[in-house]
Amino acid sequence: MAEVLVLAERDASGEVKKVTLELLTAARRLGEPSVVWLGPGAEGAQARLAEYGAVKVYSADSADFAGYVTAPAAELLAKLVNEKSPAAVLVAGTNDAKEAAARLAVKTGSGVLTDAVSVTADGGRIVAEQPNFGGAVTVHSSVRTGTPIIALRPGGVTAEPSTGAAGIEAVEFSASDEAKLARVTERAPAEKGGRPDLSEAQIVVSGGRGTGSEEGFKIIERLADSLGAAVGASRAVVDAGWYPHQFQVGQTGKTVSPQLYLAVGISGAIQHRAGMQTSKTIVAVNKDAEAPIFEIADYGVVGDLFTVVPQLIDDINKHKG
Amino acid sequence: MNIVVCMKQVPDTEVERSLVPGDGTVDRAGADGVINYLDEFAIEEGLKLREAHGGEVTILTMGPVKAADSVRKALSMGADKAVHVIDDALAGSDAVASSLAIAEALKLTGFDLVLFGCESTDARTGLVPAMVAERLGVPQLTLAAKVDVSGPEVTIRRVTDDGVATVTGSLPAVVSVNEKINEPRYPTFKGIMAAKKKPVQTLTLADISVPAGQVGLDNAWSWVDDFAARPPRQAGVIVKDEGDGGNKAAAFLAGRKFI
Repeated sequence: MAEVLVLAERDASGEVKKVTLELLTAARRLGEPSVVWLGPGAEGAQARLAEYGAVKVYSADSADFAGYVTAPAAELLAKLVNEKSPAAVLVAGTNDAKEAAARLAVKTGSGVLTDAVSVTADGGRIVAEQPNFGGAVTVHSSVRTGTPIIALRPGGVTAEPSTGAAGIEAVEFSASDEAKLARVTERAPAEKGGRPDLSEAQIVVSGGRGTGSEEGFKIIERLADSLGAAVGASRAVVDAGWYPHQFQVGQTGKTVSPQLYLAVGISGAIQHRAGMQTSKTIVAVNKDAEAPIFEIADYGVVGDLFTVVPQLIDDINKHKG
Repeated sequence: MNIVVCMKQVPDTEVERSLVPGDGTVDRAGADGVINYLDEFAIEEGLKLREAHGGEVTILTMGPVKAADSVRKALSMGADKAVHVIDDALAGSDAVASSLAIAEALKLTGFDLVLFGCESTDARTGLVPAMVAERLGVPQLTLAAKVDVSGPEVTIRRVTDDGVATVTGSLPAVVSVNEKINEPRYPTFKGIMAAKKKPVQTLTLADISVPAGQVGLDNAWSWVDDFAARPPRQAGVIVKDEGDGGNKAAAFLAGRKFI
């Protein structure tokens, strides 16, 4: 079976990100997954990668990946594409990985697809499914030139375990001078807090303009915590400074597709729907019965969020009993 | 400083957008074209950097005839001049081909600093700034929430899913900005009048020395096989809160095993 390269990612604590396990699951449908591991720590990740079917792990233990923006990663991937002739390269739809994919496409003369939620092998072709315009249109795309490079949206594929050897092969790498033009001089990891990551969460609770203030928005955090959910915010809330930008859901923020999305005090403008309308189940609370969010909600409550939500939290807590 | 802001005209995001049956490209003819929302921040940043460091701001766009309206709007915000790459053979270009045409046009115009919005609201790939940096062999200073130019160096605050980083490179450089970097200005009446007289140069593929066989839909390296409108969501249950709205919502969540 053909080799499929999977660019791994880890979180600030060094753990393999869930999206990497999703990439491995997707890669198994196309061939034999080989993980590309940037920097130190491949040994610590080996067991986890094996649980999700990694056959090999190419470990390039170089400080250049952390020291310079995306170009070293693209250079390593190009080297591996040229040496191994993989059937495809799968990366996570994260900022760093997409930019590495962009540069890799130019370097290797390959087409690149982003925001895929699934990949399938159709004869000799690899077909990606992409929700376009925030999920209003479903597109099937393929790469016609070079090695298909595909960025998968976190949460698009469900990670499924499968045993692999995950044998580590050390790869000698140091970035060329051309890949060292953008130097990272300081780095601060995103504040994680106690909540799940917005792009990876099973449940997302988002608040909008209806929360009224920074103080009012706290009810969204309380509801999220009762469900073990991530917190999201509409653009109105972020623009007003009630909640940080990294939690914005919508056209110019994050795109999420959790199992459950609770939209509280959000009218559901097209800008917001573009970031959440592929969620499996949508529940909305809004005082305006005409709010467009109700057009896409599986369940909606027309009412004041400051009376509906506390009652909902009480009931959720009772269920936990 | 010679600042070039790359601007894309996109279908208005406030209305329903669609793809063209047959080839799966974005339907541009059927929608109002506007400046890509994120590019407005790049234009504003270019104007601010000009105010601080002197020089000129050039708008560079690639697109059909109607993109000229968005070019004029960018000029009315205060840019000095524009370059419009326009050629029928470019229609349907994917990110790789677009980055080729943009990089070649930039070589022709010259630049100290190239500014992009961090993605377009139609394709949303976010690939083009990194591709252009790769092609030009200059520093990629992307996803900036802050840009500082000091002598020959540019330093940005790069904001990604993973956190914040400070990144430095030498001019010339490619920078992309996010929407938290500034507050784009509105064109003034004076700006609108002045924009009518500002020069707009049009360039064909031949002018930028890009063979037609390397761009456009027929030569795209990635391809839409088919597409379909997502089936509308099943109409849900909407209840009016009569003192038990929270209980009812909880019952729904319990019924779906979320709690």
